[in-house]
Amino acid sequence: MESIYLAIPLASLIGAIIAGLFGGIIGRKGAHAITILGVGISCFLSFVVLKHVGFDGHTFYGDVYTWAQVGNTKFAVGFQIDRLTSMMMVVVTFVSLMVHIYTIGYMQDDKHNWPEDSRGGTNSYQRFFAYISLFTFSMLMLVMSNNFMQLFFGWEAVGLVSYLLIGFWSTRETAIFANMKAFLVNRVGDFGFLLGIAAIWTYTGSVDYKEVFERLPAIEHITLTILPNTEWMLVSIIAICLFIGAMGKSAQVPLHVWLPDSMEGPTPISALIHAATMVTAGIFMVARMSPIFEMSDTALSMVLIIGATTAFFMGLIGIVQNDIKRVVAYSTLSQLGYMTVALGASAYSAAVFHLMTHAFFKALLFLAAGSVIIAMHHEQDIRKMGGLKKYLPITYWTSLVGSLALIGFPFFSGFFSKDLIIEAVHAANIPGSEYAYWMVLLGVFVTAFYSFRMFFLVFHGEERMDEHTKSHLHEPAKVVTWPLIALAIPAVLTGYFLDPMVVGDFFDGVIHVDESHPAVETITHHFHGSETWIVNIFSFVGHGLIALPFWLAMAGAGSAYYIYMKQPSIAKWGYDKLRFIHVILDKKYFADEFNMAVFAGGAIALGKTLWSVGDRFLIDGLVVNGSAKVTGWFSSIIRHMQTGYLYHYAFSIIIGVLAIMSWLLFGANNV
Amino acid sequence: MFMSFTTATLIPMQFAIPDFAPAIPEIFLLAGTCLVLLVDLFLKDSNRYITYLLSQTVLLITAYLVISGINDVSMAEALQTTGKASLTTFSEMFVLDPMSQVLKVSILLITVGVFVYSRPYLKTRQMFKGEYFTLGMFAVLGMMIMVSAKTMLVIYLGLELLSLAMYAMVAFRRNDGRASEAGMKYFVLGAIASGMLLYGMSIIYGVTGSLHLDHIDSFMMGHNVMTNMGLLLGLSFVLVGLGFKLGVVPFHMWVPDVYDGSPTAVTLFLGTAPKIAAFAMMFRLLVEGLDEMLLGWQQILSLLAALSLFIGNVVAIAQTNIKRMLAYSTISHMGFVLLGILAGTEVGYASSMFYIITYSIVAMGAFGIIILLSRDGYEADRLIDLQGLSSRHPWYAFMMMLFLFSMAGVPPTVGFYAKLSVLKAVVGAEVVWLAVFAVVMSVIGAYYYLRAIKLMYFDQPDEFVGDEELLVPAKSGFDFKLLLSVNGLSVLALGILPGALMSLCVLAVEASL
Repeated sequence: MESIYLAIPLASLIGAIIAGLFGGIIGRKGAHAITILGVGISCFLSFVVLKHVGFDGHTFYGDVYTWAQVGNTKFAVGFQIDRLTSMMMVVVTFVSLMVHIYTIGYMQDDKHNWPEDSRGGTNSYQRFFAYISLFTFSMLMLVMSNNFMQLFFGWEAVGLVSYLLIGFWSTRETAIFANMKAFLVNRVGDFGFLLGIAAIWTYTGSVDYKEVFERLPAIEHITLTILPNTEWMLVSIIAICLFIGAMGKSAQVPLHVWLPDSMEGPTPISALIHAATMVTAGIFMVARMSPIFEMSDTALSMVLIIGATTAFFMGLIGIVQNDIKRVVAYSTLSQLGYMTVALGASAYSAAVFHLMTHAFFKALLFLAAGSVIIAMHHEQDIRKMGGLKKYLPITYWTSLVGSLALIGFPFFSGFFSKDLIIEAVHAANIPGSEYAYWMVLLGVFVTAFYSFRMFFLVFHGEERMDEHTKSHLHEPAKVVTWPLIALAIPAVLTGYFLDPMVVGDFFDGVIHVDESHPAVETITHHFHGSETWIVNIFSFVGHGLIALPFWLAMAGAGSAYYIYMKQPSIAKWGYDKLRFIHVILDKKYFADEFNMAVFAGGAIALGKTLWSVGDRFLIDGLVVNGSAKVTGWFSSIIRHMQTGYLYHYAFSIIIGVLAIMSWLLFGANNV
Repeated sequence: MFMSFTTATLIPMQFAIPDFAPAIPEIFLLAGTCLVLLVDLFLKDSNRYITYLLSQTVLLITAYLVISGINDVSMAEALQTTGKASLTTFSEMFVLDPMSQVLKVSILLITVGVFVYSRPYLKTRQMFKGEYFTLGMFAVLGMMIMVSAKTMLVIYLGLELLSLAMYAMVAFRRNDGRASEAGMKYFVLGAIASGMLLYGMSIIYGVTGSLHLDHIDSFMMGHNVMTNMGLLLGLSFVLVGLGFKLGVVPFHMWVPDVYDGSPTAVTLFLGTAPKIAAFAMMFRLLVEGLDEMLLGWQQILSLLAALSLFIGNVVAIAQTNIKRMLAYSTISHMGFVLLGILAGTEVGYASSMFYIITYSIVAMGAFGIIILLSRDGYEADRLIDLQGLSSRHPWYAFMMMLFLFSMAGVPPTVGFYAKLSVLKAVVGAEVVWLAVFAVVMSVIGAYYYLRAIKLMYFDQPDEFVGDEELLVPAKSGFDFKLLLSVNGLSVLALGILPGALMSLCVLAVEASL
């Protein structure tokens, strides 16, 4: 099996290398064929592994290559293949495969996206395929890793590809700004992540998961004094540092600012990287590190509160967005918040379950949005759409599936996963769970509202586009619609894995939950009323139908229908009367302004000060040139002592004699 | 006049014939020099190369005699009887020990190299006379006597023999005003310094009653020397004499003028072998004779070393003449040599010895390059003459770069290791401030060495445009070029593999303590 594990990431990598380095030779067809073949192999083998691991119960843990050995620390390339990994592999490769296929249609006329005189348009199609295959490789390395070094490698590699793809249209100012922003914000997170890894290595002497987890009990009671008079548990510090990394990658408040801007990139990568896979790397990492997080209630509290804040307040912003992709982007932020809340409530399995369902339905929504964008000739403003249902039937129906899954409509996947999270938070007992519960509950209403606001504005109501666009409206090519259908299926069905994945024993031995955190146990207890899973599912749905979240979702969708379809005057009235709220939401709580002024401005001001005072004045002026000048000045003075007159020279000898004598007679013994 | 004799004087004097064996090299050198002197008289100018070859032969044979001087049997005997690996003769005034062997061989071989480098220089300037070689050999004899001296009087004897020969060599080009001026300055100042040294020796003799270094040392052991005003005065004057010979601040004034004024061939000689002899003199006087006054001379040497490092490096920056620049550079290097001595440990002495030997090799090479570039009427001693050397003579530019790097103390050249070991000794003696100061001064010093390298490698000559003759490589012989290459590569080799020479130095120092 080892060779299969190795083949999974390498198949994608080889595709990426061929398409990237020889794109000019193999041409567009060759590039998409080779990368789709590579990712297809990865995907097929991932399903094989899922069967082997998930159903036959095999696992693998070991190194395949030792990269370096420093002292007692081994840096290896290794795999940990268990049920969590195999699930992630399937999600990543399947979504990636769909996105690869979809990209053929989306990037068909990429030439138009580049200015005439730019050389960036040369082979941009092949380059794009190389990037997304490279991303697949990186993401696989990340999830399959069995040590922190490789995890960090994958972590940085997906960050790199994300950076490259956000700024893919490198002639656009906004794209360059957005990828710089993503890069810098992720630096903050990665810095914390690296500190966490460093702390783990310092105290356990290993970067290997198994060894680290085995040595955890030994460091459980170590405390550090970070600020004077405050004792911190070492595990709390490690967990918080790791979570800071997750905050950057999974776009949690306050490191969320990069994700909406990342929509500057082409839509397929928004679906793949910024919705389904990369942004969930933080969630995956925390779930993988569950033994560490379980040791610190402080860290879990922090995770819970940050996740809850993200879930609700980012959803609110989604209400006022008019760019179709940005609505979905804020929805992603909000949903990532839900997953984080689940992590904080120790319901790791629920978080991972939602990760999986979300990956499918959010990728679906993004690709559907992309399909709309293609049809609209790259118009993204939902105020200029409307009534697209009759032009884009496939997109319409698949979007409906995705939206229903997103708001948690019964029998759709999101219903199961989201309900579980809310239940888990309700059952959680750590500080902040009360706040989190209300946030996720209200979030359900918000989610439904913005989802259906967009849905109605795009597909229903009057047709607000101009005549030229209208005349060309038609469903995009099959390479675009097929992936939509292919993703709609899991968007509905994956919810039924509820039984094994969350309340069952699927993650036994993979995710560790401490006995003091009973959230999942409580749910499990409620759930297992009957012997057969079908009965259990129906009882779960029945239970959900009379619970608050369902009715909140219905209320959200209903009010969206009423306000935007029946009485648009309400929207206008709200816009006029609640102007200040709208401004706050439209400006995203002024987070960007704050960052630009304080962090960017502060960094520039600090840099300028250090440059002018420290570098130019102190170092260049005083230390380097100053000392050189002083030396040169001394030199020109002292050389005049060399007068050339013999009696001056003799005089200097006499002075020397007197000085030596005086020193020896009067000074030497007193030193 | 009536002369009266006491009975004792009537008894025939007990005159034992001294054991000549330890002094065989010196005796041979003296005889050889006289032979050269005689032969030279009968040679025509066109046959002067015979003088040269004869001189070189004598020097090489002398070196061989030094190496084979102590055989194991006699050394083992000496170890048995005195507990020291050394042989003394002439009423214990003359000593042959490992240190004198190492230093003498260095002096002799460096002089051989100096003669090789000097020949084309002298030839092109009608200075290819026997006097240069005979004076040089007399100077070498003086140095060898200094190195082997065991009493203060013999030290003085050797020193004067060296100095008188050197005065004459500096003023060798009689019709050159600058050379005469330099010779005159050197002579007057040297006389003052010699006088002071002699005065200090006489005071020490007056207090201790002996001229023999070992006896002085054992006399001092019983006394509180640091409160004895006579000894302190004596030490002061001895230090002045030593300081002058080494050319350390504030007794350095003669160095730039003499280096600059002398013909380059003489500067080459002056700046290399005599430094080794001066080191030996300092070691004999301070470490073997006045060891008990360590506290006193350590402080003075710290002061002189710091001053030398400062003045030498700082003033060198302002120089436009390579010979003057190297003169100031010598001053700072002598500061480094003092550092090792003042550490007062075996390691310190050994690293000083290593430093002085390797410095002589490096300095010889640097002056050799100047000679290589010079013509009659064109001394090539300005810094700008180095401009674009790399494009004119890449190999010799590389050699010069090695010499300059070594002087600046850049690894992997030998200068780095020499500086490092001296600094290690100083730090080991817990005089850290001085070590730090020396490093800072070396950084300043690196500036002017690197400037020369920059001139060679990054600047193009603008003066030589149209003057094709000067672009032609010097008409120096194969021996010259071979030696220069060996010299440059040895700087590299010693830097990479300093172990052998260093262990020789350590053994030599251990044996004489």
